[in-house]
Amino acid sequence: MDGETQFLIELVTNGMLTGMMYALVAVGFVLIYKSTDAINFAQGEFCMIAAIFIASFVFLYGFPLWLSIIVVLVLMILFNVALERVVLRPMIGRPVVAIIMATIGLALMFRGLGPLLFGAETRPINLPIPDLPIIWGPLFMSPIDVLGAAISVIFLAGFGWFFLKSRIGVAMRAVADSHQVSMAMGINVERYFVIAWVLAGVVALLGGIVWGNAIGVDTQLAALGLKVFPVVILGGLDSIIGVVVGGIIVGVVEALAAGYLDPYVGGGTKDFTPYVLMILVLMVRPYGIFGKPIIERI
Amino acid sequence: MLKLNNVEVIYDSVILVLKGISIEVPDGKITTVLGANGAGKTTTLKAISGILRSERGEVTRGSIELDGNRIDNRAPHSIVKDGIVQVFEGRRVFGNLSAEENLVAGGHIVSKAKMRANMEKVYEYFPRIAERRDVISGYLSGGEQQMLAVGRALMSDPKLILLDEPSLGLAPMIIEEIWGIIRRLREEQNVTFLLVEQNATLALEIADYGYVMENGAVVLEGPAEQLRDNADIKEFYLGMSGEEKRSFRDVKHYRRRKRWLN
Repeated sequence: MDGETQFLIELVTNGMLTGMMYALVAVGFVLIYKSTDAINFAQGEFCMIAAIFIASFVFLYGFPLWLSIIVVLVLMILFNVALERVVLRPMIGRPVVAIIMATIGLALMFRGLGPLLFGAETRPINLPIPDLPIIWGPLFMSPIDVLGAAISVIFLAGFGWFFLKSRIGVAMRAVADSHQVSMAMGINVERYFVIAWVLAGVVALLGGIVWGNAIGVDTQLAALGLKVFPVVILGGLDSIIGVVVGGIIVGVVEALAAGYLDPYVGGGTKDFTPYVLMILVLMVRPYGIFGKPIIERI
Repeated sequence: MLKLNNVEVIYDSVILVLKGISIEVPDGKITTVLGANGAGKTTTLKAISGILRSERGEVTRGSIELDGNRIDNRAPHSIVKDGIVQVFEGRRVFGNLSAEENLVAGGHIVSKAKMRANMEKVYEYFPRIAERRDVISGYLSGGEQQMLAVGRALMSDPKLILLDEPSLGLAPMIIEEIWGIIRRLREEQNVTFLLVEQNATLALEIADYGYVMENGAVVLEGPAEQLRDNADIKEFYLGMSGEEKRSFRDVKHYRRRKRWLN
């Protein structure tokens, strides 16, 4: 195999691994959108705040990593329950824009809160994995990426099953379809909002761990939210499979751009190519590759 | 038996929609509420099912009783547990879910085994839905969607189904089919129906007892056959006028006054 092909294969595999990690963050958007029809612009900040808490507990208070993760998981769940009850529940029946604005406010609050509580320096999250690259045939893969991708695959498969097959999943999709009709079916709509927000919080925690491990923890982590936006839009806001495919596409495109375009222009292409791709896809399929087209009977 | 006593409904704390209506829905009967647009028929159903609250409406006076227990202003999901379920105007199926998933969502409050059993029951009453169970329900025909909406309501084992304009936009043949199923459900499953309709001819064909609403108040009530013969109903709701032939010269003069208005 010549060096050129080898280079391509390496870019593609690493792009796919990164893409799966994007998908893990992106699925947080999907969870909220599927059940409440709103977009949670604070999803990236959720990841960030979870990672900041975990890293700070480890470094400032000497918690072991596993304990820190469990404590933050509990905090995250409690916070999301409270958030739903105090901020979002009064907005049921209001325009979706109101909820979106609330999440933007939440995002800004988190960006301030993290550094305020624990200082602004960058801290690592060190998962107990070796640093040596995994060599598999012609492939070199970083164990951090492989672990991140593995965690993503497991949870995405779990969520996929949950939404498509379980009764709770069907009820959540019914709630997303129509709040009012779901209520009339005896579905406690408010309870499903809580479930959706708690799940989004848990996903954010996982994303925060995986990405914090990969790139370090500080407020920059919040940019993930924006970063995965092309993933969500590409795949379709309401499709878990879409998120996986979108994640892989974005990851691979980024890797290819970094590998082939950067040498000519001096770097930075991987930061905007996903958005270019997003715009192109939106021209052809405004609801994303796997999103639900709006069904209208005429 | 469901009893509405002098129910008053106010939206947004200011808009008076129901001005004290009293309706009785005896068990095992089909009761109908007739009236034009904006008469308050749908609001009446929403007041019963508790959906009103999601639209900022409130029962401010009077009471709604099911078998002697008050159910007004309770949360909709607890009213479904008491055995009342509403089928909305315009079908309102979960368009992005398959027909079967719609039924699963409809059976949300019953146990899994019961849900399976109910689903078989629905498929038996609506063989057409059984055939198309895996189709995304947004792509079903209007009649199939209406059948799915009724089937979905049956999933929660209701004692009373509130039907809001099931005939809307459907071909007469389909309506006959649905009417037939409603009659069977009443006889075989002992389900009670409260049927809201604009199409008085269709409603009085199936109902046992009827109420006529106007401007948020009940203006007339009686057994269905009596309403069918009522001159006012004939004129204003059944589209039939008097026996004698009239000259077109008189048409302009002819405007019967509704006898129930002063």
